[in-house]
Amino acid sequence: MIDTPKISLKGLHKQFGQKIVLDSIDLDIMPGESMVIIGGSGSGKSVTLKCILGLLHPESGSIKVDGEETIGMGRKDRKRIQEKFGMLFQSAALFDSLPVWENVTFGLLAAGKIKRPDAKEIAIENLRSVGLSPDVALLSPAELSGGMQKRVGLARAIASKPEIIFFDEPTTGLDPIMADVINELIVERVKEMGVTALTITHDMSSVRKIADKVAMIYKGNIIWSGPRNDIDNSGNAYVEQFIHGRAEGPIQMEVLKA
Amino acid sequence: MNFLAVMGRITFGFLQAAGRLGIFAATTISHMIAPPFYFRSLIQQMMTIGYYSLPVVGLTALFTGAALALNIYEGGSRFNAESALPTIVVIGIVRELGPVLCGLIVAGRVSASMAAEIGTMRVTEQIDAMATLSTDPFKYLIAPRVVATTLMMPFMLVIVADVIGVMGGFLIATGKLGFNAGNYMSVTMDFLEIKDIYASLTKAAVFGFFISLMGCYHGYYSRGGAQGVGIATTNAVVSACMLILLSNYIVTEIFFAT
Ligand SMILES: Nc1ncnc2c1ncn2[C@@H]1O[C@H](COP(=O)(O)OP(=O)(O)OP(=O)(O)O)[C@@H](O)[C@H]1O
Ligand SMILES: [Mg+2]
Repeated sequence: MIDTPKISLKGLHKQFGQKIVLDSIDLDIMPGESMVIIGGSGSGKSVTLKCILGLLHPESGSIKVDGEETIGMGRKDRKRIQEKFGMLFQSAALFDSLPVWENVTFGLLAAGKIKRPDAKEIAIENLRSVGLSPDVALLSPAELSGGMQKRVGLARAIASKPEIIFFDEPTTGLDPIMADVINELIVERVKEMGVTALTITHDMSSVRKIADKVAMIYKGNIIWSGPRNDIDNSGNAYVEQFIHGRAEGPIQMEVLKA
Repeated sequence: MNFLAVMGRITFGFLQAAGRLGIFAATTISHMIAPPFYFRSLIQQMMTIGYYSLPVVGLTALFTGAALALNIYEGGSRFNAESALPTIVVIGIVRELGPVLCGLIVAGRVSASMAAEIGTMRVTEQIDAMATLSTDPFKYLIAPRVVATTLMMPFMLVIVADVIGVMGGFLIATGKLGFNAGNYMSVTMDFLEIKDIYASLTKAAVFGFFISLMGCYHGYYSRGGAQGVGIATTNAVVSACMLILLSNYIVTEIFFAT
């Protein structure tokens, strides 16, 4: 390989107590690439993102960001690496004690990139880019609908113009039109700003729109990965079942049968 | 066999918790002394912890001082020692009851709210989100709370508790038990030593540190939704109270044991 991958996972293993969530994840994401991870509920997608961000500590394996090993990093280096990332959390995870505008500009203010008096203006600009009107800026997160919270979370994740952005289910809870707006926005960030993106989604239309590459996670391993266009003839029974949403197939949902 | 295994597990669990708390405390202290400092949060915390605890601390001290005076008058009269009342009240309040009662009251108020607030932020992923926005939760959330409590306990709350507690005794003694006001005050001032005040303030600072440390620690490690936050809140208050009573003995030993 000529380029170093932006993110490189090797043998990533994470368990909670006895429960193995990630068995051995291998995944490379190249700079400027949009990778989408698909996989069933509870298969460890969110956990993978949190391990890369250093929020969870894997038992073994390697996580390299720009060729730099991040496992076992000290506080200073960890902070430097974390500044490369923006993340949209599945639950939005807005700071409920702060108004929306402070949520959006939190990272910028913390890093001293902007001054407090300018923050509201900048927040409004960012809110506009995710389709929210300026008056939302003064509300508190509790006053927003779930979909609006998601978009504020998105505005917050992209406000500091990170090199790498993680989107954990960016379109769940949005109407189809808004979901498409968000998909466009992600595509735009990746294509025009050269951002590397890692997105988790269950939404196949979103996969088709934003992915350069797709990886499928099952039982703690990446069982298939490839370019987006290969997904319809992957020849992999698990992927087939997933993208067509069939109940019958090799993937057995852990549902108690009556 | 089984018994040994159980004992082993308990011992191991205890050591693990103690180690985790030790690391938490060390990390907190290192963030308290190293920049950046979040003065905005610090001021805000000083207001909520110091200023808003004043009414309840003042009332507690007033009634305790009054009850103490009544008790000592009645008890002292059995061997004609009523005249020792001012001395006993001032020493009892300043050395012991002022800081301890104030500590317990503030533990109930402040540890609980810190654990609930930080615990909710933990379970809703707000703490994770903060770390991805160039902000260390120890710096932004924990250090300001611990600094504020450690400062406000001695320099606001316990001073007030001591003064009002002594005043409570004074009001009962002069209003009900027939003591001469000028005489009462001069006896009080004669017997109060500077060492008593140092002891009172030292206790206050130590208690303040433990109150906020327990609130933050239990909140930070809470897990599992609303129930988990509830457990964290209870544990924070109980452990803060235990540490206050334990450290109270130790500080007393250091100051006054001969
Ligand atoms: N902090 C934690 N402690 C214990 N177990 C956890 C923790 N976080 C996640 N898990 C477990 O890890 C597994 C994977 O969780 P994860 O959140 O990664 O799922 P996911 O693939 O994102 O699913 P979904 O699509 O529903 O969001 C789950 O079974 C969950 O119970
Ligand atoms: Mg998830």
